[in-house]
Amino acid sequence: MIQKKIGNFKKNAVMAIYNLKINGKTKQVDVDPATPVLWVLREHLNMQGTKYGCGVSMCGACTIHLNGSAVRSCQLPVSSIGNKEITTIEGLSVNGDHPVQKAWIELDVVQCGYCQTGQIMSAAALLKTKPNPSDADIEAAMTGNICRCGTYLRIKDAIKAAAKQK
Amino acid sequence: MEKIKTNHSRRSFLKSSALAGGGLMISFSCLAEFKLADKVSGLDLPDQWYEITGYIKITPDNIIKILNPNPEFGQNVMTSLPMIVAEELDVDWQKLVIEMGPHDNTKLGPQFTGGSNSIRMYWKPLREAGAAARNMLMDAAAQTWSVPKEEVTAKEGMLYHEKSGKSGTYGSFASKAASIPIPKGMKLKEANNFSVVRQSKKNVEGLKIVTGKPLFGLDYTQEGMLIAMIHHPPAFGKKLKSFDASETLKMPGIKDVFSMKLYEEGFEQGGFDTRTFNDLLVVVGNTTWEVMNARKKLKVTWEPISETKETMAGRSGKREVIIPAGLENTSTHLAKMVEYSKKPAQQLRKDGDPETAFKNATQVIERTYTAPFLAHNCMEPMNFFAHITDEKALLVGPHQAPGWIEPTLSKILNLPAEKIEIQMARMGGGFGLRAYGHYVIEAALISKKVKAPIKLVYSREDDMTYGIYRPMYTATYRAALDANKNLIAFHVKGGGIPEHPIHANRFPAGAVDNYLAEGWEIPSNITIGAFRAPRSNFNAAAEQSFLDELAEAMGKDPIEFRLELLKRAKENPVGKNNDYDADRYAGVLKLVKEKSGWNNPENKKYSRGVAAYFCHNSYAAHVVDIVKRDGQPFVERVFSAVDCGIVINPDAAVNMVQGAVVDGIGNAFYGGLTHKDGAAVQNNFNRYRMIRLREAPKKIEVHFVENDIDPTGLGEPPFPPVFGAVANALYKNMGRRFYNQPYVNDFSSKA
Repeated sequence: MIQKKIGNFKKNAVMAIYNLKINGKTKQVDVDPATPVLWVLREHLNMQGTKYGCGVSMCGACTIHLNGSAVRSCQLPVSSIGNKEITTIEGLSVNGDHPVQKAWIELDVVQCGYCQTGQIMSAAALLKTKPNPSDADIEAAMTGNICRCGTYLRIKDAIKAAAKQK
Repeated sequence: MEKIKTNHSRRSFLKSSALAGGGLMISFSCLAEFKLADKVSGLDLPDQWYEITGYIKITPDNIIKILNPNPEFGQNVMTSLPMIVAEELDVDWQKLVIEMGPHDNTKLGPQFTGGSNSIRMYWKPLREAGAAARNMLMDAAAQTWSVPKEEVTAKEGMLYHEKSGKSGTYGSFASKAASIPIPKGMKLKEANNFSVVRQSKKNVEGLKIVTGKPLFGLDYTQEGMLIAMIHHPPAFGKKLKSFDASETLKMPGIKDVFSMKLYEEGFEQGGFDTRTFNDLLVVVGNTTWEVMNARKKLKVTWEPISETKETMAGRSGKREVIIPAGLENTSTHLAKMVEYSKKPAQQLRKDGDPETAFKNATQVIERTYTAPFLAHNCMEPMNFFAHITDEKALLVGPHQAPGWIEPTLSKILNLPAEKIEIQMARMGGGFGLRAYGHYVIEAALISKKVKAPIKLVYSREDDMTYGIYRPMYTATYRAALDANKNLIAFHVKGGGIPEHPIHANRFPAGAVDNYLAEGWEIPSNITIGAFRAPRSNFNAAAEQSFLDELAEAMGKDPIEFRLELLKRAKENPVGKNNDYDADRYAGVLKLVKEKSGWNNPENKKYSRGVAAYFCHNSYAAHVVDIVKRDGQPFVERVFSAVDCGIVINPDAAVNMVQGAVVDGIGNAFYGGLTHKDGAAVQNNFNRYRMIRLREAPKKIEVHFVENDIDPTGLGEPPFPPVFGAVANALYKNMGRRFYNQPYVNDFSSKA
């Protein structure tokens, strides 16, 4: 048995209920307001597609869309979301048929794959605002997403291919 | 030969898929990809799989499953190893179900991913398994039809008896085939007759990856699972003294805080049981965020370690490793390296009389190279799930070699191997770091202590500061030229913290009459381990830069100079045990020379550097083209030539080489850890610079030498020569030589 070393009262046990709009549905969670959306998704909603890579918004593995814009979720407190719409990789498409996802498959981009949901979310957000991105646009938009396996060339080619599809 | 009956009802499928995360049930989401949706509707699972050799399972409905035996970390063995089976088995690739195999060294081979060995190790066994299974099925059909076996043919999952017009699916004979003894010595296909191997096949997990399915160890979840994190000392050379967890325990979601030992006093470690810290402070709670927060409230005192000696398994039996006390600094490391490089060292190889040759030389060229500790920085931080009871152990997570940690687990948990199940999750990167056992043992011990299933999670800071680094290295190269600028002697004296990098029998050993290789080591309490092409990843930088300087001093083209040396090594080799094939080594240089347009005047606008290297049984050469961009050197293009024998999956192989090139540029330009008072200065990506998309080349053109040699490795061989080629291109671009990695540190300095 795990010893419960708690007293009668837990300090700092502030929790709050949030109704989050995620992928077109409303999900309710009861968590510490400071909990980053990344961990709300992964551990309270069992949505593992959004990844933990660094926790300091430097690697992009945790990228989601907030009202359509790419944001890092590892330092985004759940209390700041309010009514905004969250889109995760699970909601980007129904069957993996978003043009970016299809391009990723067509060009066989992935190696280990861990960074790729974050890459895809960043790429999808880019194509929404810039449907025909230049190399410079792509470099700027994707600079926050690290790929340790080095698939950058294919990522760039896949974004261009997805742009053509749209 | 076993019949495996699975009793999966619809309900149990839903239950076990939720539990298993990355396990058996995932394969059924493959069905949509493989267009089996109309054959196997919805969630209805076949309830009978017949095992025909350890790698192949077939249902009566002709669903054919091939198991990938080897842990996957991005090298795509999930696709390439089953391709090898499929080739000889003769099946429609599009209709296969591919699945990660369980840990079973009896049925599925050594199951270790490392040393660029997966395909090399499994090439023959998988071909034999595929061929054996096909033969067993043909045999079964012949028996069923009462016809001679020679009259039965197999093609793409179907069996035929032309004479009588009979035919049937593999599945219809699977039950009978499963009871036929596995034949040996089956005839295998000719290399020019492959219909699966040598064709590009898409990554079989591609769809799952791009839709965010829970494939990785960090994604694994189970009902009742708790999260554990270890609060490591803030520096090497320190250990836990005391702690006050009273504030931590008041934090929401926290279950327990305790200290424990990883290895008991006197425990004899195996070669991969390395660890940095032995006295561990553990926090256990409900969720990762809560545990991360609660750790901050720990009040801990640390104390210095004393010097210790450890007995570890080594390459030639047991070896004693000294772990010194003290808080180490990079400045001291660098000073010590200079000091040690002047002391006598261990002779590793000597040919001829180098001392005399150097004494009589007209010109002696001497250069010294250094490189820092490197962190592996796998994108998925270290983690492992463990559920340990008195009766059995279930472990799930990212590891390169379950068979290597099982003996230690068995000893420490006091459980026989049969009671220990290790499920291999897809790894978010490995690079050698996940060959080690510490984090698996830690997870197991924590679960055992708290009597609950737990997932051990390392934060990125934990991961980056824990050690098991690529060692810090240095090497001094000396060359003696005679009056005619002939190379008459070659001397390399290499050292490292805590291991030297020297491969004494590698090129140019064998090509120079008088040759000396020496090595020395400085013990350290900073832990190190295998990092993508160990030792080679530094040697190629230093040696290939030095050969470039030599070529220049001799007035020779760098490629022609190397080809001359290789010609000598082939026709009139010096000494014994020259660890390379001079023809194949020359082959990649010639190929890259051709494909890069090495002498094409159109390419004069590029600052070009070339390097080649042999390691892990394969040969690779690169030409790197650097230009100035915003006043800084930028690698715009790379041409790569690789000889790894038969290329199983061509497009995926190109992806691997491109990745190795990007990895090489990133590490050469930016990579490295420094230490101050024992603490790693770089503890996250805001301080440890990683190469970004913008810094990757615009083009990496990859060519493979075409031959029918049995496949050798590809994960590591293309990586080391990138460093040398980059250094040589930087020389052309910046007008000065680069001797110390990371090279970015020297971009702004004047010569």
